[in-house]
Amino acid sequence: MVSSMVTAGAVMGVIGVLFSIGLFYAARAFHVEEDERVELLTNMLPGANCGACGFSGCSGLAQALAAGRAQPTQCSVANSEQLAKIAEFLGVEAGPVERQVARVMCGGTSAKATQLAGYVGLEDCRAAHLIASGPKGCTYGCLGLGTCVQECPFDAMVLGPDGLPVVDESVCTGCGICVQVCPRGIMQLVSPEAPLTVRCVSPMAGKQVRAVCQAGCIACKICERVCDQDAIHVIDNLARVNEELCNGCGACVEKCPTHCLELTDGQVRVLEAV
Amino acid sequence: MGELIMLFVGAALVNNFLLSRFLGICPFLGVTRELKSALSMGGAVTFVMLVTGLVVWPLQHYVLDPLGLGFLQTVAFILIIAVLVQLLEMFIRKMSPALYEAFGIYLPLITTNCAILGLALLVVGEGFTLAQTLIFALGSAAGYTLAMLMMAGIRQEMEFADVPQAFQGTAISLLIAGLMALAFLGFGGLNVA
Repeated sequence: MVSSMVTAGAVMGVIGVLFSIGLFYAARAFHVEEDERVELLTNMLPGANCGACGFSGCSGLAQALAAGRAQPTQCSVANSEQLAKIAEFLGVEAGPVERQVARVMCGGTSAKATQLAGYVGLEDCRAAHLIASGPKGCTYGCLGLGTCVQECPFDAMVLGPDGLPVVDESVCTGCGICVQVCPRGIMQLVSPEAPLTVRCVSPMAGKQVRAVCQAGCIACKICERVCDQDAIHVIDNLARVNEELCNGCGACVEKCPTHCLELTDGQVRVLEAV
Repeated sequence: MGELIMLFVGAALVNNFLLSRFLGICPFLGVTRELKSALSMGGAVTFVMLVTGLVVWPLQHYVLDPLGLGFLQTVAFILIIAVLVQLLEMFIRKMSPALYEAFGIYLPLITTNCAILGLALLVVGEGFTLAQTLIFALGSAAGYTLAMLMMAGIRQEMEFADVPQAFQGTAISLLIAGLMALAFLGFGGLNVA
């Protein structure tokens, strides 16, 4: 028993050593000159491998950077310090970086939005959306199964107790993966400084919205009337904010009958440790 | 001689690795978008199959069997396959970077390709002689390449076909693969070893 274990080990060892010697010489014979900057650049990138830049992970972007086919700013994860370092290494201008964060554009919590049916199935919003546009009364609202939370590569999202996902804006890198996976188009990338958020995406008329959700925009235009900056307008049954004109006074937020407007005040919203 | 020819035909058509044994399906769907890469993949698998057969046979009969180490089969075979694929990868990277790019993940995946391990295990399991092993490996590789080429040919034509939306992409490829496998069932009537 023991002796066969020893021979087994010895045989595998000998085979392994022989092969590694063979591979060693093969590696020398078939050596390929590589751009050594690629490896350095890969190390300089954040290493999140999220693919938000459009390349296959950080090494893919590093190759494109070394070949001059990409700009450092294509990486949405790296902070401006890291980008400046990479740009300096490559000898190019980094350019201004506009930070973006993902925001949940729906206020239809489980208490406020009507549920038409129960959903028993794959815990994935995309699957639920395929079945008659999901179990919710509002066919535009958040399904609350947390596909965005699962797909977030940075753990920047959690599913809140009210059935809506919450973004930790201090962790969010604006990679946009949640925007891509959400079948309802509820996740949107905005500047974290944007003062006002309309938490509804439904283009339905007020009556229909009210029938299925207490938190949706009913296109009553009160916000339009109270705004003295002319910064908010109801277009296609949905309030839309002109971020350049909005000064974040909050007059509309106070008057909005369904509270679908939210003042963010330029504050980066951070989640308490869960 | 006749027996060897029958062995070749049997390995290539009747017991085709892809369409009868259903081994190594992963590159069958992954690298058959165009004829050229399918042919190259066939070539790569052919090389690995041949050398694997030629290395595995003496290893089994002159090392593992005399020492009573038959239980090491799987580990030792996988080691050999991994080394061969590594070698192949270096070679292709040096000789044809474009091909290396085209293969992508499927080249290192030959390591875990069950067609190769299947061949190694079949060769020792069936008790082939070295000559039979060589012919069997050649036949299997030829059958593999043939199936890859057929699939790639059909899929290239599919580019111009009006496929219903629900069937586009992987779905139609799986249907094609299934129909091809059905067609290959017909070779069962050849009645060879």
